Amino acid sequence: MREKLILSLAALGTLLLVWDFNTIFLHLPDEALQGAIYRIIFIHVPAAIGAYVFYSVAVITSAMFLVKKDFKYDSLAVACVEVGATFTLVNLVTGSIWGRIIWGIWWTWDARLTTQLICFLLYLGYLLLRPAVTEPTQRATMSAILAIFAFADIPIVVMAIRLKNVRTQHPQPVLETGGLDPSFWPPLLISFAAVLLIGTALVLVRLHQETSRREIDYLRRELHAL
Amino acid sequence: MDIRNFTYLVYGYSAAMLVIFGYVTLLVLRSRRIDRELTRLKSLVEDKS
Repeated sequence: MREKLILSLAALGTLLLVWDFNTIFLHLPDEALQGAIYRIIFIHVPAAIGAYVFYSVAVITSAMFLVKKDFKYDSLAVACVEVGATFTLVNLVTGSIWGRIIWGIWWTWDARLTTQLICFLLYLGYLLLRPAVTEPTQRATMSAILAIFAFADIPIVVMAIRLKNVRTQHPQPVLETGGLDPSFWPPLLISFAAVLLIGTALVLVRLHQETSRREIDYLRRELHAL
Repeated sequence: MDIRNFTYLVYGYSAAMLVIFGYVTLLVLRSRRIDRELTRLKSLVEDKS
């Protein structure tokens, strides 16, 4: 049942993505100034929003672990953080390639870019620090606290291009200000749906791994006791 | 399609796919390792008990 669900989500997500690529590359109108490179927005933005969705689930489940001390919340949190970090990396890499053409540089220490990099590094730290703590309850508690702390960066990333006194090279928000051509909305939303479906499939795979790891820990303790 | 900067667009989408496929590969390899360890431990527990 679980495997069928994962396969269905991944297949549906991939199909949506392939269909969307057809629209993005062959049917969308051209942008006057940027040439073909503007089309990177259809993977760059959904990857960022997808990552924030998974980080949001991680912060909720981390808080629930601290309240209820149930390890299933910790497993879900680590699964969501890992998938969210993958999408954040996609966002950073595609943004850097876009910047190379439009700004002439791969990277600049701009407010949006820097806060997004800090976000990625915070969650990478979460993933790298987990194996360092061997006691399961202590590991889950410390991870939950770190996940809540790391999530505090996300409003800063979002606001980095919206605050008036912050100078930024990053394009101003176009999604909520009506700056996006109406024909760009359907492929953007489809791409976002595909990211969510594929991401959910990956979270379910990772969740199963975490459950198996706990079973391994239990069996090791049982073996030690025998 | 306007082909200005098309090469970098291909780099962008290829890099995105590479990151995602890299992560999927990592998940598959990790799953295999976990399954092997689980089977080994289960048989050890059965032998000892």
